[in-house]
This record gives sequence, C-alpha cells and structure tokens, in this order.
Amino acid sequence: MIHPVSPDLTTVPGIVAVGFVTIATLVIGTWGLRFSRTTSDFFVASRTVRPGLNASAIGGEYLSAASFLGVAGLLLVFGADMLWYPVGWTAGYLVLLVLVAAPLRRSGAYTLPDFAEARLGSRRVRAVCSLLVVLIGWLYLLPQFQGASVTLTAAIGAPSWLGVVIVAAVVLANVSSGGMRSITFVQAFQYWLKLTALLVPAAFLLVVWAGDGAPDPSLAAGGGSGGWSLPLGAGGAQGLYVTYSLIAATFLGTMGLPHVVVRFYTNPDGRAARRTTLVVLGLLGAFYVLPPVYAALGRVYAPELIAAGRSDVLVLELPRLMLPGLTGDLLTGLVTAGAFAAFLSTSSGLAIAVAGVLSQDVTGRRFGGRRLGGVAAFRVGAALAVVVPCVVALGIPGVGVARTVGLAFAVAASTFCPLLLLGIWWRGLTAAGAVAGLLVGGVGSGVAVGWTLVTSATTGWTAVLLGQPAAWSVPAGVVTMVVVSLLTRDRVPAHTSRFMVRLHTPESVGVDRG
Amino acid sequence: MSDRPAEPAPVERVRVTGPDRRRSTVTHPTGTREIDAGTQLGAIYMGSLVRDQLLLALRILFVLAVSVASLPLVFHLWPDLAGVRVLGVPLPWLLLGVLVHPWLIVLGWVYVRRAEAQERDFAALVEEVER
Repeated sequence: MIHPVSPDLTTVPGIVAVGFVTIATLVIGTWGLRFSRTTSDFFVASRTVRPGLNASAIGGEYLSAASFLGVAGLLLVFGADMLWYPVGWTAGYLVLLVLVAAPLRRSGAYTLPDFAEARLGSRRVRAVCSLLVVLIGWLYLLPQFQGASVTLTAAIGAPSWLGVVIVAAVVLANVSSGGMRSITFVQAFQYWLKLTALLVPAAFLLVVWAGDGAPDPSLAAGGGSGGWSLPLGAGGAQGLYVTYSLIAATFLGTMGLPHVVVRFYTNPDGRAARRTTLVVLGLLGAFYVLPPVYAALGRVYAPELIAAGRSDVLVLELPRLMLPGLTGDLLTGLVTAGAFAAFLSTSSGLAIAVAGVLSQDVTGRRFGGRRLGGVAAFRVGAALAVVVPCVVALGIPGVGVARTVGLAFAVAASTFCPLLLLGIWWRGLTAAGAVAGLLVGGVGSGVAVGWTLVTSATTGWTAVLLGQPAAWSVPAGVVTMVVVSLLTRDRVPAHTSRFMVRLHTPESVGVDRG
Repeated sequence: MSDRPAEPAPVERVRVTGPDRRRSTVTHPTGTREIDAGTQLGAIYMGSLVRDQLLLALRILFVLAVSVASLPLVFHLWPDLAGVRVLGVPLPWLLLGVLVHPWLIVLGWVYVRRAEAQERDFAALVEEVER
C-alpha cells in the first residue's frame, strides 16, 4: 500500500525501516549542523564532546555490518571459534585504552598522519601514513557498501546497486554538510538504535524458544556438536595459528583503524579520552552478548540458511521464521533498521576519517595557484572518500563482508599499531625506521590481502598464513621499525623529549608542551 | 625578592633575613621547571612517569593474555573442556559469549583508576613548591 508497484506486503516493514533510518539520519545531521560552524567543528567537533555522548558515537560508528549481521551468521555456521571476532573487537578497545588513548589525545593531532608528522618531524612519514589511511579506509568502506546492497536486496527486493547508492548518498550528504559535529549526534543515535534493534527482537524470540520447551541449540542441526562449541579453528596446528592470528589482528588492529582514531581527537583531554574508552567497553559488551543468541536460535529454527549459504541474513530473517504474522513483520522492520544504521554509521565514520586526510594532504593543496578553503577542501575530500569505494563496489560485487573487514584489521595492526606503540612509548623511533616498518608491515599484509581476495583456497599452510597474516606481519613491522631506528639512531628527532612530555603529562600540569 | 635591604635594619632583623635570602637563592626550581629546561632531573621525572604508566599497561595486558588470550591453547590442549556445561550453557559460549565482557570492563576500570592515580602523584611531585 505504501509502495503500489510492489504488492508484496512482506517488503513493507523493510521499506518503512530503511526510510525511517535514512530520514532520521538526515534530520539529526541537519540539526547538528546548527552547532557546526568552523573547520575545527568539521574535523574534531572542536574537541568538546563529553565521554557519554562520545562513547555512544564511537560505539555507533564501530558496530558495522560485520558486527550486526556477519557475526551471528559466522557463529551459526562455524560455531564458537567465531566468538573471537566480537571478543577481539572489544578487547581491541582495552588494548587501545591502556596503550594509546590518553597519549594520542594529548598529542594534539587531528589524524594519524598528523600524529606521525608531529612525532617524527618528517613529511615522508606523513605521506606514507596518509596513503595507508586512505587504503585502509577504502578497504573497510567496500564491504559496508556491498553489505548494504545485500541487505536491501534481501529486505525489500531492491536491485543490487540501489543499496550502494542510497548509503553513499546519505553518507555524503551528512558528512559534507555537518562534518564531525553533526555526525557525532547521528552516530550516538545509531548506537542505541542498533542495540534496540537486536535486543528487543532477541527478547521476543527467547520467549518463543522457551515456549517451545527450550530445545538445545548445540544438539540441533545435525548433531556433531562437539566442534560447534570448540573456540578454535579446525585443523590442529593450523586452526590454532588462524585463531591466534585473528586475535593479534583484532586486539592490535583496533587502534590503527582510521575512523576509530579520529574519534579520540574529539575528547576534551586525555583523561576524558580514557573514560570515553571505558564506557565504549561497556557499550560494546552489551551489544556483543546478543549475536550469539541469534546464532544459537538459528541452529534450532533456521538450519536451512547454513545449507543455502545465506547465513549473513540470519538476523534479518529469524524474526519472521520464528514469529509469523504482524509481530514478526514489525520485528523484521526493526532489525532491518538496525542493519541499515550499521552501514550508515560505519561508512560515515570512515568517510570522515578518509576525507580529513584527503583534505589535508590532497584537496587542500594548491592547484595551479588556486587553493580551496578548509571546509570546501573537506567536502571535496568527502566526495572522493565515498565515490571511489562506491564505484568499486558497483563494479565488483560479492567480496565477502566479514573477510574484507578482517583484512582491514590485519593491515591496520601491521602498520599503525607498531607506529603508535613505538611512537608513544619509545624515544628511539626515527623517521627512517617508521617508514621502513610501515612499508614492511603494509606490503606484507597488503600482499596477503590481495592474494586472499583473488583466490579461494583455504587449506594448506600458504593459504593459512596469507589468509590470516597478522601473526607474522605485525612482528615483522615492529622488528623492522626497531632495527632500522637503531641503525639510524643519530637521526632521532631533536624534539623527541619535548614531544614525550606532551604525550604523557596530564593537562593539569603546567609544562611546556612544545 | 628578599634581596631588598630593610631600611631600619636592626641587628636581630638581619639575622632573620639572612637564612631567608640564602634559601631563596638556593631554591630548587619546581619539577615542571626542570622538565621545561630539559635538565637531567627533569628527564628523571619524565622517565619515571612514562615507565610507571607503561608498566601499568603491561600488567593489565599480561592479565588479559593469561585470562583471555590463553583460551585457544587451553581448549586445544584439553578439547573435552568444550563439552563441559555450566548452568546448561557449554563452557566456551559462557566464557567468550558472556563473561569476557564484564571482565574486560573490570580490567579497563582498574587501569583508568590506577593511571589517574599515577598522574595525580606525578602532578603532586613536579608541582611541589619549594619552601
């Protein structure tokens, strides 16, 4: 009735949900625009965001399609070893909290390249970092756009390009109009929307499950349940390697994701950065308790999704499979809204981060005597940040969502994690060491990413080592950075001591921060 | 400031200002001034702060490694543990699906408390006014 062309009533909740999220996002973004006036607002919301709001925004931005749809699907098919994804994505914030949060905020830099240049005083390090931010950002945006296409096709039977175009257009409109300030409100709203969209249907479905006599999920779906509860990859030593490499990538990769890092600059000071991160741990924990519930119920009520290879739509289809009628339709609308919010918020955060770097290092530069102003350069950067992965997503559909996201984590862990850790805690880091380490970690994990995306082999040590590179590429990056820095130790930047003072002393202490 | 000669200057008064003046000329700059001047003492102040914060972080990460990151190895060595049920839930699902989340929050909370306490101690140390 809402959509006269399509008389199929099952698509109505999905259309309403997608429409609601899109409109709410644009309205909140426009409302936030009233607070967004300066270039500083665009980049870092003028650094006045309180921990509660900022933590909600971080949670909203971080919980992507992979978290909302992918985790439940992976758990349904592969079982408990996939729990390391949500555990690693949360524990990554603990690692970030204890090693990076406060010093990163105190560094006073806008972006990762800003941090690298301020710490090492080198334009070359900055250029390498900018390139990596853009590549990781695009690698992470690609599966978001593709996931949006899959969701819209499943929920409302839209052609596959429509989801990509809608998400890209809404993100671009919001980011380029309001920048960081307005996106903070949007993302905070989207965290709570996503939590509600998983929590409320889960409560209904658990009631149904209890009413059916609470059948045991681990005994359902064709027995053989021992492996489903074993929290480690199959195949003996290879399984152990894959699991530990995944732990390395997620625990260490979180701190190196461009859209995560950029959020820390919006805190008022280092202490607030720590408290924000602590609240984030709570928000992520509350969310990640839910996907296993869907996976367990899916074992009982939706085993056909495993056979059909459609486990990614488990969260979207489970409410209707368990609850026919109006209730099921309403709950389907709710989870569709949550999924759509997941694409929008993560894509927005990534677009902000990539646009920030592009506008500083590319679009803000002088071209033929003309130079764009701060906000104009940011808008052109945002357009580039969104359009490139959008075109790629339209051109080559069908790269695995969770797989690509996992690889983005591996690249971040192999490059920015060593740079941040050594830059913050070791005086001896030199520009040459940083560049060498970034290249070794980046090329190593990058080759693995490329190889994994073009082949489908998953057995044998070559496939295992390249499919999950973090366990060797992170140490390779760290060792290279340390060794080359030691070899060039006469070129340790002169301002290192002053910069260490800035990174580590609390803001209340009146020292010269350089 | 105490160098100003006191005009009436009785004998007792000279005795009182004597130690006062000596103290003010020998006064150590406060810790922040040592740090700003890049002296050896300033470097020691900074070194101790960075080392304390890093040791705290490493302690938390060690607990994380032993309590959480050890689990794949534990279940690799004793796969039968995966069949153990607590309150009807298989042990791996209970540990990694539920209990790990409050545990991470506890670790984070302990870290934030200790890190802020160490910063307060540092601030008190370097801002101590000599008297």
